[in-house]
Amino acid sequence: MPVSLTVSALRASLAARSLSPREAVLAVAAAAASKDSTLGGYVSLTEAEINTALALADKADVTLPLGGVPIAVKDAIAVQGAPLTCASKILRGFVSPYDATVITRLRAAGAIPLGRTNMDEFAMGSSTENSGFFPARNPRDPERTPGGSSGGSATVVDADTAFAALGSDTGGSIRQPASFTGIVGLKPSYGRVSRYGLVAFASSLEGIGPMTKSVRDAALLLQTMAGHDPLDSTSLNAPVPDYLDTLDRGVKGLKIGLPREYFIDGITPGVRAAIEATVQQLAAAGAEIVDISLPHTEFAVATYYIIATAEASSNLARFDGVRYGHRAAQPADLTDLYNRTRAEGFGPEVKRRIILGTYVLSSGYYDAFYVKAQKVRKLIRRDFTEAFSKVDLIASPVTPATAWKLGTFADTPLQSYLADIFTIAANLAGICGISVPCGLSDGLPVGFQLMGPSLAEKNLLQAAQTVESALSPLALR
Amino acid sequence: MPVADYIPTIGLEIHVHLKTRSKMFCACATSYGDDPNTRTCPTCLGLPGALPVLNEEAIKMTILTGQLLGAVTPEFCKWDRKNYFYADMPKNYQISQYDQPLVVGGRIPLYDQYFPKHQRGGAGADGVLATVPLTRIHLEEDAGKSTHFGTSSGLDYNRAGTPLMEIVTDPAISTADEAAALLASLRQILVYAGVSDADMERGQMRCDVNVSVRKSAAEPLGAKIELKNINSVAAVRRAIVFEIERQCGELDRGLAQRQETRRWDDERGESTDMRGKEDAHDYRYFPDPDLQPVCTTQWLNEVRARLPELPHALRARFGHDYGLTPYDAGVLTSEPALAAYFEEAAAGSSKAKSVANWIINELLGRLNEGQTDFSANPVSAAALRELVDLVEGGGISGAQAKEVFSEMFATSGAPAAIVQARGFSQVSDTGALDGFVQQVLAANPDLVARIQAGEAKVVNVLVGQIMKASGGKANPKRVSELLAQALG
Repeated sequence: MPVSLTVSALRASLAARSLSPREAVLAVAAAAASKDSTLGGYVSLTEAEINTALALADKADVTLPLGGVPIAVKDAIAVQGAPLTCASKILRGFVSPYDATVITRLRAAGAIPLGRTNMDEFAMGSSTENSGFFPARNPRDPERTPGGSSGGSATVVDADTAFAALGSDTGGSIRQPASFTGIVGLKPSYGRVSRYGLVAFASSLEGIGPMTKSVRDAALLLQTMAGHDPLDSTSLNAPVPDYLDTLDRGVKGLKIGLPREYFIDGITPGVRAAIEATVQQLAAAGAEIVDISLPHTEFAVATYYIIATAEASSNLARFDGVRYGHRAAQPADLTDLYNRTRAEGFGPEVKRRIILGTYVLSSGYYDAFYVKAQKVRKLIRRDFTEAFSKVDLIASPVTPATAWKLGTFADTPLQSYLADIFTIAANLAGICGISVPCGLSDGLPVGFQLMGPSLAEKNLLQAAQTVESALSPLALR
Repeated sequence: MPVADYIPTIGLEIHVHLKTRSKMFCACATSYGDDPNTRTCPTCLGLPGALPVLNEEAIKMTILTGQLLGAVTPEFCKWDRKNYFYADMPKNYQISQYDQPLVVGGRIPLYDQYFPKHQRGGAGADGVLATVPLTRIHLEEDAGKSTHFGTSSGLDYNRAGTPLMEIVTDPAISTADEAAALLASLRQILVYAGVSDADMERGQMRCDVNVSVRKSAAEPLGAKIELKNINSVAAVRRAIVFEIERQCGELDRGLAQRQETRRWDDERGESTDMRGKEDAHDYRYFPDPDLQPVCTTQWLNEVRARLPELPHALRARFGHDYGLTPYDAGVLTSEPALAAYFEEAAAGSSKAKSVANWIINELLGRLNEGQTDFSANPVSAAALRELVDLVEGGGISGAQAKEVFSEMFATSGAPAAIVQARGFSQVSDTGALDGFVQQVLAANPDLVARIQAGEAKVVNVLVGQIMKASGGKANPKRVSELLAQALG
């Protein structure tokens, strides 16, 4: 059985009993066994994990919305009984004793968590090269990155070693790898999907979302995961609409804004051409295209790296070798235990961000950095509020260029931060965004980004579906 | 310069465990004495991915405490992270409140009964001798507990996440006695409010003390020394006395004072250096992104609708309503259950003062003797009222009543049944008593003569003989009256 099936197609076969959940689990295991050793999409997919999934498959109720569908999970999301490492040596060997709320909900809908996907350590990075174990590789060209931080999830979905996967997006970590690998990646609005069980990197910016082979699959997974969670005080208490019933309604009458600050000189010609062609198709399908401005865009990257690192420095303090995970051998005293455990357990990018975050929160610097960044964040949020008073959705590239070669930014990490410029603002503003494949540039996928106001996932998915159906499958392969 | 000429300035930071059923940010039970790490979950263990959820009951208790102390609860408050590494603290940050606490301002009343006797004068009917201004009260989570065994340490996180109210006073206390009285008065108020048992010996209330001294009121405050690890009210008193003397001694020797944190060693009776200002933590406070700021209006309204009566208000009312002395009212309001017991026993009795005496002299005396908690009191309020009515109505003598009370205390029996079983009853009937009176007068003409010569005290000898003749059953008051009549 091919793992290239969409979730929608798989569940139709499962419901019709032409395929069994056991076959679906075994297909994933077999595909991963044959392909993943070179791609590095999974950090863990053991015999024991497969057996656990088979046991669930044998009991699966295929009449449920995701009954019997195996789903790969980013290694930052807690699944009871499965390893939870955030691709960090500091959590090697840690097994989660509890399920994240999204996992509880997916299980209730019949889905089967299967496999832990690779990522930049603690989601810090945009190439999965910061994985504490090994980098993930882009199935379109294994010399290139699949993006990050949810690079493993993108790899397994694109390489057909998973039907669908969960990722998390703090500054573009779902959308950018989706763009680099030619799959669909949805970052829901902040608070739309519970963060309970997502290992925190930057709590005020991040959320969990689906990474799938089709827009319909993204809608299907969101339908199950969305909604208020009493265990997450930042989750929104708003009703969850039916994301599927209007999916094919098109974009007629929708106003789509093009922010001039997002169409800059740094965009490669191939990416620009693919994006512009897609905008034309949306116009042809009846959308009204409007020029807009997001004037504080240039401050987004700096603002993001202050807030994200500040929160990270505190969120990652708990990894100290006292209760779980890696512990330095033979510590002389408690301070030595902390120092060596963290020196040995964290990789260079994580250390860099902890140091940055500690600095911006320090007495004497707090006002100049953290407080100022929060003020700029408000201005960025206001940019979007004003823009969405004129348009329903905003369109842009996901990244200025296609997937880069592994090692490109090894010595210049700050340059890679700048590549996040089109995705970061959505996290600062808490709005929703999606990357949907819109063509190829020199054989590499280009993602089209749509952003909508908080809780506008219905419109967002509808427009993304229009983009997807306008393209022939050949344009993507 | 003598120590008494220096001006000490003292401020307290008091941590109080709230009596909520569950912890501050998770559904785990708050508990004491359970097996280690049995009251924990992903949230209070700080496991990767777990998130906090506010305990509304703890918020309401904190607002209530503020209301009782005349403080203000701002419309909005928020939650901050206080970052520092400590093995007791699962996340290596504590969720606390930095610049927008739940309670600001207010004053803590100091009750006279908690001062040494010679300092008690001057309080009003409510027993409030002075008040100390309150800076703020905020809500935070407690840490776990470490136990050290030689080369290793054990960690128990059962206490981690227990709601902890931090009460900060202004630096406006000037003596160790005042500080001790503040803690005892505050404890009484917290118990009345039902927010904490506030027992320092059980770790439900902990206290850090800030002390500085200066040579005259014209000088700025001296360097602030913070004392930690003080575990009882008596230790607070000892630590302050020691610290004032130590600082005065240093000033006398011309040593410059510097801000530092010192550890109190109660066994040795001295404070030792813990860390100086240069080693002070930079806690890097910032708003906790996992918790939204909260609007307090609804909670404040709920709390205001059910404010309990404060101990000193009750004490003034007892004086006014029942004619009790301030001392008696103070004793009876020392704990809410006792005050309620008194009111129940005194209700419907015209002899509230007598009820108070029975409680203070007999009941509390016996409970103290047996070191019994008031909650285990075997005498019901109704039974005590019945006993007082019997004595006051002349049904039994005072001596008999004490015997009856002993049996009530031992068996929880009803007074009427005990009186009947023992054959106690008092003869007050004039006809029955007259015989004894005439008989004794006839037998003692010499005593009668002395009385008539002006030796009034001799009457008591006659009363005694009449009581004896009646087998102890005569009502002594009635006997005196009859004798007076007979002797004209």
